Amino acid sequence: MTEGVTTLSAAAPLARPILSRDDWIMRWGMLVLGVWLSVAVVLPLYTLLSKGLEDHAGRFVGLANFAEFFATPVLFNSIYNSLTIAIISTVITITLAFVYAYALTRSCMPGKGIFKGIAMVPILAPSLLPAISLVYLFGNQGMIKGVLMGETIYGPIGIVMGEVFWTFPHALIIIITALSMADARLYEAAESLGTSKLRTFFTVTLPGARYGVISACFVVFTLVITDFGVPKVIGGQYNVLATDVYKQVIGQQNFQMGAVVGMVLLVPAVLAFIADRIIQRKQVALISARAVPYHPKPKTRFDMAMMGFCCVVGFMILGIIAVDAFASFIQLWPYNLTLTLYNYDFDLRDGGGWASYRNSIVMASYTAVIGTVIIFAGAYLVEKIRGFTVIRSLVQFMCIIPLAVPGLVLGLAYIFFFNHPDNPLEFVYGTMAILVICTVTHFYTVSHLTATTALKQMDPEFEAVSMSLKVPFYKTFWRVTVPVCVPAILDISIYLFVNAMTTVSAVVFIYSADTTLASVAVLNMDDAGEVASAAAMGMMIVCTSAGVRVLHALLTRGIARASQAWRVR
Amino acid sequence: MRVRELCQKSALFVAAAAVGLFALGLGGGAALAKTQLLVYTAIEADELAMFKREFEKDYPDVNVKWVRDSTGIVTAKLLAEKNNPKADIVWGLAATSLVMLANEGYFQGYAPKGLDKLDPAYVDSQNNPPLWVGQRAWIASVCYNTVEGKKKGLPLPTSWQDLTKAVYKGHVVMPNPNSSGTGFLDVSSWLQLWGEEKGWKFMDGLHKNIAWYTHSGSKPCKQAASGEIPIGISFAYRGAKSKNKGAPLEIVAPKEGLGWDIEAFGIVRNTKNLAAARNLADWSVTLKANKIYNKEYAVVAMPGVAKPVKNFPKDITKKMIKNDFAWAAANRMRILKKWQSRYGAKSLPKKK
Repeated sequence: MTEGVTTLSAAAPLARPILSRDDWIMRWGMLVLGVWLSVAVVLPLYTLLSKGLEDHAGRFVGLANFAEFFATPVLFNSIYNSLTIAIISTVITITLAFVYAYALTRSCMPGKGIFKGIAMVPILAPSLLPAISLVYLFGNQGMIKGVLMGETIYGPIGIVMGEVFWTFPHALIIIITALSMADARLYEAAESLGTSKLRTFFTVTLPGARYGVISACFVVFTLVITDFGVPKVIGGQYNVLATDVYKQVIGQQNFQMGAVVGMVLLVPAVLAFIADRIIQRKQVALISARAVPYHPKPKTRFDMAMMGFCCVVGFMILGIIAVDAFASFIQLWPYNLTLTLYNYDFDLRDGGGWASYRNSIVMASYTAVIGTVIIFAGAYLVEKIRGFTVIRSLVQFMCIIPLAVPGLVLGLAYIFFFNHPDNPLEFVYGTMAILVICTVTHFYTVSHLTATTALKQMDPEFEAVSMSLKVPFYKTFWRVTVPVCVPAILDISIYLFVNAMTTVSAVVFIYSADTTLASVAVLNMDDAGEVASAAAMGMMIVCTSAGVRVLHALLTRGIARASQAWRVR
Repeated sequence: MRVRELCQKSALFVAAAAVGLFALGLGGGAALAKTQLLVYTAIEADELAMFKREFEKDYPDVNVKWVRDSTGIVTAKLLAEKNNPKADIVWGLAATSLVMLANEGYFQGYAPKGLDKLDPAYVDSQNNPPLWVGQRAWIASVCYNTVEGKKKGLPLPTSWQDLTKAVYKGHVVMPNPNSSGTGFLDVSSWLQLWGEEKGWKFMDGLHKNIAWYTHSGSKPCKQAASGEIPIGISFAYRGAKSKNKGAPLEIVAPKEGLGWDIEAFGIVRNTKNLAAARNLADWSVTLKANKIYNKEYAVVAMPGVAKPVKNFPKDITKKMIKNDFAWAAANRMRILKKWQSRYGAKSLPKKK
């Protein structure tokens, strides 16, 4: 062992390659990316941590704030509430999503495309929207409140219902992927051995999908515990950690306590994240080169049952959106049911009026464009750089951090970092730029992973050939890599756009009078009691996201056909 | 080939847009000729557009920019910015908050032209020239939904004490005084009416009946208007406004007396737009401005202007308590802290 190390270190200087111009450029690029991520991720989080250890005047007080937190039963109680809600919501969402995904991948029911499309609808809406609909459905004046049999929707029941709606597509995407990777030979073997259907399900299907299901569990758990849109609207007096952060910071301007609750919120999110990473590492390739893709065979009764289930779930999803749309056109629920556009007159209400809708479009466009450039170029550098291993793994780590940081925590960290009078970057505070930086960072990791996956699919021989022909790497990047990766690039940009339209949690702390946003306006209008207008603005967001989605689908089809022709032999 | 060009061109466009954003972020708003007046306010959003329009008609070279939020939020925000105030003028904020901020040295004195025409009770009497000047008063009221009240067998409450009766359990909402100015004037008025001990005891009783505390002062009345919760402790303007829209509401002025506060303005000490801030101050004490105030509010600073407002309780002005703003301002922080520790979480079982 020792010998090996010595040999290696002795050999290293000899083997060190001469750095080409390309290497230098890429290293500088990597450094720039590292600095960017430090400013956007690491330093704000550090500031947040130190803020939790200060008093109002900024003096260091150690863990006094934490002691106060744990001594305040009101706040401490929220931990219990948050965990309860998150666990119940996760169990329900995963169960529903698993059956739905099973129907989509393992049955021959008709209309799979439509059902998949319907299931994705909640992604287009801010989490406040299902909560508003639930008030109209099950509130004290609700359309079908009898269903609850006297229980109140304001509290845990309402929160869980809203969260299940909102997290459903996130779980579904992951489980669909897990269930799609099946080796038909295993099923054939099971069948020829006379194994019962149920036994096959438990010995072949479930083990095959277990990593996907576990991953989906963690995703849903984290989304629920960090979301504050649903509990804000429908939580009544049932306090959870996420609403506590908001109440402390916005309602009482108690930033120190906000920082403390934010850090408490960070713990379960980070734990879930680490656990997921460890489990994913254990996953071995299930699909070997000899695997035969599984194709479901038609079985009328099973297919009909699956379709029935999907119809029920799909009806609920569309129903929630429809209720919201309906409510937005009603003069005064429930006494005056005349249809009106009055609720769309946002300029008469809190939240910034129509300007906030325009701001959201601008913000989402900038986020999509700038975010895609930074994230894709960054992923390229991380993937293709030669040597520079320490900085490379550091940057790679920083690309993954945002996934573990709840939006509320990120937004709060941004206040502390960017609003500090000694920060040379203070000038971005209160501008559109900080909203864009924050949103790009918030959704960095998923986009980064998408880009990395696309880049990994490319044969490294392109680089090797270019290099031997003395073509600089940026030309190869421009002429080969970018065109080949067009579908991934478009996916990243649409993901960023839609999330920028719907996000509330991070930006609620850093918008200013000039940069109010539509999603935050939904929250503010609901706070002021203008629920119908909040529903109306929610509809504007859903329609915009959906419109952009459709546009994206058409664009992808056109460009992909032209640029992806090489994939077809 | 064409695809590649397309991709490259769009990527170039993207890069240009990226550069553009940061240029915009850096130099944004530098080249505007009008004076930008940054006004912090707690006036209801549905009135702000009208105020802006009417003021800018008279002073076309000033552009009013509102920063609006609930009273508690605006106050907290101003306090947070104490060392480096961003606002030019605070306008339409509770006098209790203005007195407190004035004690912190937030404002510079200014006597607007025509100040002598106002009721002296509405003007800062401690300083000359005054640090703050009142515009109009907003008054607590209870919104009662007649349809739901009848359905649930809830009698029309006529006093604050009525609201502590067991029959109203879970049927009352009120604003959280930490975020809402209306919530604070209620709490402050109860403490002034009955003294600390009896006041807090009343709130203990009321707390048992409260369904939840809202963030804003308007929401209780809006929830009463939609019947979500039949009784909302709010303020008269919000109640009248909802009733005018057709909500089945009765606006009640409890007989013990009504909390109220003055909406007032003060010019921030370090404003860079002093002339424009003074323009707004001058405009705010004119007859025209007072007539606009009266459109929605029954009590304004200029005597003899106010006409009764549609759907306000008839004898509302007679029931206004004798409000000690100095006391309220001096005790605001203490009261809010105590309130928060007693009623901060509705769901928590009370330890006794």
